[in-house]
Amino acid sequence: MDNLTNYLLVSAVLFSIGTIGVLTRKNAIVMFMCIELMLNAVNLTFVALSRHLGNLDGQIFVFFIMTVAAAEAAVGLALFIAFFNNRESIDVDDANLMKW
Amino acid sequence: MDISSIFFAIVTIVAVVSALLVVTCKNPINSALSLVLTFFCLATYYAMLDAPFMAAVQIIVYAGAIMVLIVFTIMLLNIRVDANKKHVHQVALGTVTGIVTLLLSVLFLTRGKVAMLAGPVTSDVINQIGHTELIGAVMFTDFLLPFEVTSILLLAAMVGAVILAKKKLS
Amino acid sequence: MFDNVWLIPLFPLIGFLINGLLGKKIKNETVIGSIGAFAVLCSFIVSVMTFLKLIGLPAEERVINVKIFTWITAGHFNADVAFLIDPLSCLMLLVVTGIGFLIHVYSIGYMHGEEGFYRFFAYLNLFVFSMLLLVTGNNLLLMFVGWEGVGLCSYLLIGYYFHKKSAGDAGKKAFVMNRVGDFGFLLGTFTLFWYMGQTNNIWTIQFTELAKNANLLPTGGVVTVITLCFFLGATGKSAQIPLYTWLPDAMEGPTPVSALIHAATMVTAGVYMIGRMSYLFIRSPETMTVVALVGGCTALFAATIGTAQNDIKRVLAYSTVSQLGYMFLAMGVGAFTAGIFHLMTHAFFKACLFLGSGAVIHSMHGALHHVHSHDDAQDMRNMGGLRKHMPLTFLTFLIATIAIAGIPGFSGFFSKDEILWQAFSNPLHGDLNIVLWGMGACAALLTAFYMFRLVFMTFFGTCRIKEGAEKHLHESPMVIVIPLLVLALLSILGGYLGLPKLIGDLFGGVPNYLDQYLEPVFANANQYMLAHVHPEQHSHTLEWGMMAASVVIALIGISIAALLYLINPELPKKFTTAFPALHRAVYNKWYIDELYDFMIVNPCKALGRFLWKGFDVLVVDGVVNGVASTVMAFGGVIRYMQSGLIYNYAWSMALGVVAIVAYYVFK
Repeated sequence: MDNLTNYLLVSAVLFSIGTIGVLTRKNAIVMFMCIELMLNAVNLTFVALSRHLGNLDGQIFVFFIMTVAAAEAAVGLALFIAFFNNRESIDVDDANLMKW
Repeated sequence: MDISSIFFAIVTIVAVVSALLVVTCKNPINSALSLVLTFFCLATYYAMLDAPFMAAVQIIVYAGAIMVLIVFTIMLLNIRVDANKKHVHQVALGTVTGIVTLLLSVLFLTRGKVAMLAGPVTSDVINQIGHTELIGAVMFTDFLLPFEVTSILLLAAMVGAVILAKKKLS
Repeated sequence: MFDNVWLIPLFPLIGFLINGLLGKKIKNETVIGSIGAFAVLCSFIVSVMTFLKLIGLPAEERVINVKIFTWITAGHFNADVAFLIDPLSCLMLLVVTGIGFLIHVYSIGYMHGEEGFYRFFAYLNLFVFSMLLLVTGNNLLLMFVGWEGVGLCSYLLIGYYFHKKSAGDAGKKAFVMNRVGDFGFLLGTFTLFWYMGQTNNIWTIQFTELAKNANLLPTGGVVTVITLCFFLGATGKSAQIPLYTWLPDAMEGPTPVSALIHAATMVTAGVYMIGRMSYLFIRSPETMTVVALVGGCTALFAATIGTAQNDIKRVLAYSTVSQLGYMFLAMGVGAFTAGIFHLMTHAFFKACLFLGSGAVIHSMHGALHHVHSHDDAQDMRNMGGLRKHMPLTFLTFLIATIAIAGIPGFSGFFSKDEILWQAFSNPLHGDLNIVLWGMGACAALLTAFYMFRLVFMTFFGTCRIKEGAEKHLHESPMVIVIPLLVLALLSILGGYLGLPKLIGDLFGGVPNYLDQYLEPVFANANQYMLAHVHPEQHSHTLEWGMMAASVVIALIGISIAALLYLINPELPKKFTTAFPALHRAVYNKWYIDELYDFMIVNPCKALGRFLWKGFDVLVVDGVVNGVASTVMAFGGVIRYMQSGLIYNYAWSMALGVVAIVAYYVFK
């Protein structure tokens, strides 16, 4: 196994852990953090491949992903606050108005 | 086994364990702190990959800004620990799905091959010119428009956050 | 030097905006009325200045285009907001703003205390604005804007008492019938633009450009199509057969509106438009014949209806339709100057008649109100002997009536006689001339008859108003009387602008000012006419004879009216009992409205009902509802997948990712 594959494997592990977190937890903020973890796993893939290919475009992508993640954090957390103000809870099971 | 491989192994162990802690901790604060640790590990990886600028940004943006925001929100909402409700089948299903994803990815990675298209940016070039300058050159030439558009995205997010958090929805 | 022309339409527009937007806040009637009247007065002053400047120029230079800005440019097509100042438009400006101003002043008195006073003046100003745009616009599109604008304003003003169903219906009727005509106008514009562009590569809708290139147009053929389309527009706006029925119904509006529509604006638009494009119409002999025949028929037909109406305003309305018929008759025989001349004199005396009738109605209404009577204030059967109570109104009304009847010395005589003589002598239509003249002469007889019938029934004889109300009849306030006096004066003097050569020679060669003045506008058409038909020479004796004949005709009409309604008031009743069917037909306007209902309105309604019940309800609604219920049925099944639990959704997503990765791995 060469150097690149190591990084990609680590990335896959982190991504899978993130997935498990999203699927098993009910706390919206923890779910959100797990999503951030998944994003970071992808970022690692980008940087590793960028380095491997000798091209900086992948790292620019990472930069943009970080920006989007920042925007997402701002809006997402604002949503959680609004949600919490209404339901006194941050449990995703309480967000059930759309349920038939 | 050279010193860099050992270092890589240590960082990997820390990263995976802290990532698992994020998922398993009952208290969201603990999860958040574990996540910060994971982000530091990732920054280390970036540094090892000759991308010091990305490492710096990773710490400043993720560990510095986003995580502070998350921790702040957790503190603000004063969420109780969600120990009371257990959904075994959900946990089982989620874990199985995650593991299947992992296995498939590993399978995919070990089978596949990345073509060695050596680009112009090698370790020597990075050491000679400097990573930040290289990133900046690409960012403000080829990716100038997306870079500017990003600012609109951030503005929209800012306005949206203010509006959402301000009023109490009926 | 004509840079300030744009001020002319601007003033009424400003007046409209002030009264329309702020009128409700201003509340004070004097202020609102003054703003409205002052705006039109300013336009009148600028118009007079423009007129003076124009006649200061040599005759051949009297066509000025004043461009304000480019409005639309698309490929070959170009339309400017630009004004055309030439003798014709300048004359119309004076008539519109001058009479418009008098009507505004009159309205201040007449509309006193009405609900929505500000609304009335806002619409009135908008009306004048649209009409000014119509007469000054230098291209067909700008003219069309004004053309539509007056249609809209007539709708708004006729339906001014919108709480009355009949008023709303009348407004709608006017609007719809005008739309039919507007359709023709548009088609004519399109065809003309397209034809000139296709055949001669001249892409223009500008009047002066078109006139310059009129010689490129063929005789007949496509020009007939174009001019007939335009003429359809003219019949709608100027209330000619077959689209005239809206005008009598338009009497539902307040009386000043009727005066404005009938005298200064709106109905003259069609005549003006034909005059503006005389070079086009003259090139189609077929259209000219149609115009002349429609004009003659309308003149005669409307006059017959006018003889049996009892509503004072309706009589005047049919008289307007009839007089407009005269104008079209003049246009149709190629006597464009005579047509415009009659337009002008008619504007004077018809405005006077309408405002006078308004004064009568106003007074009657007040008197009937005093005794709490619900009698119709507009019904002439309730009037009579009013000359004692309203001497000034009576005087002005009588002058205007004499003018319209065609008694020598008053304006109507000169213009009407000119038209009749032209209809008789103009070589354009050959043998048809005698028919056209006959129609005109009969209409003149009837005009004299029904107008004097109106005067005799209203102002002479015994007072038939409800007992006790008579002492409440009184002369109108000065703000109403002064415009009447001005208009009466104009009704006398207006005719001397266009003295026939024959009479002018008697007084030492007094020229026909109007003819000289308008000559450049119709030069193209007149040259064409001279080149294509050979005028016969008529002796002066014949012309004198014809003039005498028309005077005799008018006198006969007056005598019959005097006999029937003054000397022996029992005769009309005997007459109606002797010919009940005829009277009923005339009284009910020859059942034309019913005929239109039967032939056009009801089939349209039936078609509409079929499309509603048959097509819309069954097919359209069926498809829409069918789609909706299908979706609902599917949704009823599929919604069980929507558990509302977030981890279920996340799990589905993850499953999707797994599936995709698996596909690549095991491919």
